[in-house]
Amino acid sequence: MSPRAGSRLETLGFGEVYDYVGGKVDWFGAGLPREGSPPGITRLVDVVERAVPTCSVDERVEDARPRLGQWGACVVVDDQRVVLGVISPEGLPDEDDLQVGEAMQEGPSTVRPHLSARQAAARLDDEGAPWLLVTEADGRLVGLARSEDIRAATG
Amino acid sequence: MATPIEREQVHRLVEGGAQLVEVLPAEAYDKEHIAGAVSIPLESLASAAPQQLSRDRPVVVYCFDPL
Repeated sequence: MSPRAGSRLETLGFGEVYDYVGGKVDWFGAGLPREGSPPGITRLVDVVERAVPTCSVDERVEDARPRLGQWGACVVVDDQRVVLGVISPEGLPDEDDLQVGEAMQEGPSTVRPHLSARQAAARLDDEGAPWLLVTEADGRLVGLARSEDIRAATG
Repeated sequence: MATPIEREQVHRLVEGGAQLVEVLPAEAYDKEHIAGAVSIPLESLASAAPQQLSRDRPVVVYCFDPL
């Protein structure tokens, strides 16, 4: 829709027209200021915890294991913070010499930060998970959103 | 064709005085919109834009998402 609007404005004589391709989904997902009719919609970006444990594929499981504590999980990311997998106590073998990449759950399910709390709660029900893994559209890690925080935000 | 831009460029343009326009239906705008944006739905652009927008300032249009 916005590309058509941009072109139409140019035919109307507007000389400098830009198309914000990402749209308001991109803006809201970044937690940037928004306005609207009250009550406001709480989105995952409002409840996500960004400071979450991470590790890399070439680390040893032994070194990553201590980071599992608070969340019961550690997100495996590359040097651009693109999510590659997740490790959790249930899935980890006892062999600490293994690399994280050999032990991780590949391609975990993710959600976008613009998702409303209600939509996120529905995903929790579907997946039976204690948290949701939140990423940008390009796969970069935003953080984890706790089940209790999501449900509290549904009001 | 309008110049495609990303989020950071939107910031810079708006801070420099650009006009931010949501072109979705009014109901979508009312529900939630980018702070500071005005609503000019696509179907009324031809009649409303010359009245509401200045041709002397850049215009940034957006909708819901890239799809």
